[in-house]
Amino acid sequence: MAKVKTLEDLKKMRDQLQSRLTLREKSDHPERMVQIKVSMATCGIASGAKETMNYLIEELDNRSIDAVVTQTGCMGYCHSEPTIEVHIPGFDPVVYGHVDTKKADEIITKHIIGGELVDGIIPVSYTTANEDDNEN
Amino acid sequence: MRDIAMHILDIIGNSVRAKATLIEVSVIEKSKDDKLVLIVKDNGCGMDDKMIANALDPFFTSRKTRKVGLGIPLLQQNAQLSDGALIIKSKIGEGTTLEATFVRSHIDRPPLGDLPSTISLMISGNPSVEFVYTHVLDKEQFVLDSREIKQILEGVDITQPNVVRFLTQMVDENLTEIGVEL
Repeated sequence: MAKVKTLEDLKKMRDQLQSRLTLREKSDHPERMVQIKVSMATCGIASGAKETMNYLIEELDNRSIDAVVTQTGCMGYCHSEPTIEVHIPGFDPVVYGHVDTKKADEIITKHIIGGELVDGIIPVSYTTANEDDNEN
Repeated sequence: MRDIAMHILDIIGNSVRAKATLIEVSVIEKSKDDKLVLIVKDNGCGMDDKMIANALDPFFTSRKTRKVGLGIPLLQQNAQLSDGALIIKSKIGEGTTLEATFVRSHIDRPPLGDLPSTISLMISGNPSVEFVYTHVLDKEQFVLDSREIKQILEGVDITQPNVVRFLTQMVDENLTEIGVEL
């Protein structure tokens, strides 16, 4: 029977990771990294946001793009879930709707790498995914 | 929501919004009693009795971005469909505990779903919140504490793809080891 992974294995992996991170010289500057927020409330999850998030993490890593992918709540665009907010340092954040894995791939290739906007942007009066807007 | 994993991802969102710093998620399977219980316990802002009642109402939400709040009602529906129930206990300033019970062998009991990637995304997607995930299957048990993980990582970011992948595999292997049917 194969050995089951434990936190000990994570410790071993950490050392490799640490050396790789110093090479990339970025870990101290999260504000310089591409930040992606995946909207993960009821509406997003039901529409497959988990698959989108998984895909983004995997694919950005495959292409060696330094990015932080985190979750956020509902941005109020339940009609267009899964939605993601892409924030490239130095640019205004952009929200995309209907982001399945195919769309996510296009966004990585054209927007994040190529720097051009892709179809499917949720426009207009948009002001970043500020969770505080939800509070009373 | 097709499975219990999705419900977990959904319900913890409530706790995150309630400004919880520690969220304890437990799935307890007891084959002898034919019960499956999902417990989400947080130390967030808590709710008063009126708000607990409101939380079960699909047309209530504390958000302003939309007018409905389906997370808890959908979970309640799934619990009730499989002869179970949903209970919320909460105290202002102390936190909230939500408990959904299912008859484990009930035909309408949702499958567990993709717990491994759900758990790892839950932890990595909310890096500022700590999670304890406990899965009990009869006498076997698996516990994953994000505080322990972060301690081991020593500054390596928990959102790192390699870490996320590792956690997914670790949860998968450990749950399989204790005999959970994923």
